[in-house]
Amino acid sequence: MSHGLLLTFEVTILVLAIFLGFEVISKVPTLLHTPLMSGTNAIHGIVIVGAMLVAGLGDKDTLTTIIGFVAVVLASANVVGGFVVTDRMLEMFKKREKKPEP
Amino acid sequence: MSREVTNLLYLVTIVTFILALRFLSNPATARRGNQIGAAGMLVAIVVTFLQKSIDSYWEIILGMVVGGTFGAVAARKVRMTAMPQMVALFNGVGGGAAALISLAEFHRLAPEPGGLQADISTAIMLSAIIGSISFSGSMVAFAKLQELIRGRPIVFPFQKTVNALLFGAVLAAGIAIAAGSEQQWLMWALLAGASLFGVLFVLPIGGADMPVVISLLNAFTGLAAAATGFELENNVLIVSGMLVGASGTFLTIMMGKAMNRSIANVLFGAFGQIAPSAAAASASSNGGQVRSATTDDVAVMLGYAHKVVFVPGYGMAVAQAQHDVHTLANLLESRGVEVSYAIHPVAGRMPGHMNVLLAEANVPYPQLKEMEDANEEFPRTDVALVIGANDVVNPDARNNAGSPIYGMPILNVDDAQAVVVLKRSMSPGFAGIENPLFLNPKTVMLFGDAKDSIEKLSAAVKGL
Repeated sequence: MSHGLLLTFEVTILVLAIFLGFEVISKVPTLLHTPLMSGTNAIHGIVIVGAMLVAGLGDKDTLTTIIGFVAVVLASANVVGGFVVTDRMLEMFKKREKKPEP
Repeated sequence: MSREVTNLLYLVTIVTFILALRFLSNPATARRGNQIGAAGMLVAIVVTFLQKSIDSYWEIILGMVVGGTFGAVAARKVRMTAMPQMVALFNGVGGGAAALISLAEFHRLAPEPGGLQADISTAIMLSAIIGSISFSGSMVAFAKLQELIRGRPIVFPFQKTVNALLFGAVLAAGIAIAAGSEQQWLMWALLAGASLFGVLFVLPIGGADMPVVISLLNAFTGLAAAATGFELENNVLIVSGMLVGASGTFLTIMMGKAMNRSIANVLFGAFGQIAPSAAAASASSNGGQVRSATTDDVAVMLGYAHKVVFVPGYGMAVAQAQHDVHTLANLLESRGVEVSYAIHPVAGRMPGHMNVLLAEANVPYPQLKEMEDANEEFPRTDVALVIGANDVVNPDARNNAGSPIYGMPILNVDDAQAVVVLKRSMSPGFAGIENPLFLNPKTVMLFGDAKDSIEKLSAAVKGL
């Protein structure tokens, strides 16, 4: 596939993702806006894929090694921290565990 | 693994992320959604590990162990009241990672003749700029929320001019890179300039405006991740980054609406740095008097009411009073009092902050009312108990055109039969604005630490 064609595909899915994002997110109740933020925080941890691709290159200089390593550290903290915090939060949202009144 | 298979598996990840967001539309399914998203992330990581281009593993594994451990420990240990700064921190590191990837890609590709095509270099400079701003801006937001630096707006002379010049310089460097410059120093200068701009841009923003800033930085990191996707020609990064970008943008707009202020005003207004003008202040305080009540008075009001609405604000978070609030609510319910909570969209330091705190205290979420529903209930409410909220219940927002918060939708607690305000002292709120609610004849003040006052109230209600 030519480079230009690939780029047009990328732009297409980017634009579709904008509309999809707004569509899905507008259905999230204000009650869950904090988990929405921390959940999307976890999702942008997907930069870990980019960090891995940089850090895992076989033939690279010291500078790239250092930058790649730091990028993996930051992105891993983002992924793990994001999902764990969100899980902790969502675990707390309950209807009513026990009925204190008759 | 072939490129085709890789992309199909990345599509699985994309679908799980979309499901994670969809499941967030209902508190009952939200947690499962998050777990599905985490599983999708794992798929993406495993698939990336199996790429042909990956030859060297120790950097990745060691980095994952270090970063993952830090993330897991921080996320487990953090108290729910410290959640805004934790969200800011995890947001910042993601932006930082995106900026570093751009730096590495530029370093690798620029010296090769024809290595950098225009779209790649444009994506590199965009994710470098946005990622750096997100990183340093989030760190300043973290420091403000953690109270490492003061939360009030920090201003200095010619701030806007300095910021504008700096941003212009960063943009110029970015355009040079996009246009095909191969100068490595230009990239470093761009990263340094954008990071500095991130710091300067968050410093003048006050604590009460943090919900807007955090949402905006969230959007920035998403956009930086999407730009990284163009750099690496990687669909999963483009779509996931853009989903986050859309979400952050959506929340930013929502928060701006909830304050009735344009985003530009929040970002560049340095809100709350100055006392309100004397005219605005005197227009609101028409000579009323502040009445303070004892714990026993308030306990009687609450204990014999039919309907009580709690109105929590950032003060409840600071005092960590959410558990005691729930205890008091339970006591009142056992006496047959109807209890609910009125939540203003910008109460606290991030979108939905109060909901998370009250959920932590096991408050059932159907009792948490959004602003519109709560405002319908206030006229039928006997007592509105305001716990550490100030600007979001300030009637000046409705009545006083001279007030800085005029036009902001508020919780109309003054529609209730009586209002009790729990407050540390008479100091104005974070926006630095006087509140005529405190002078309303319906209002009584209960001074003291919120947690302490609520504990005493519980004891007094028990004794009724």
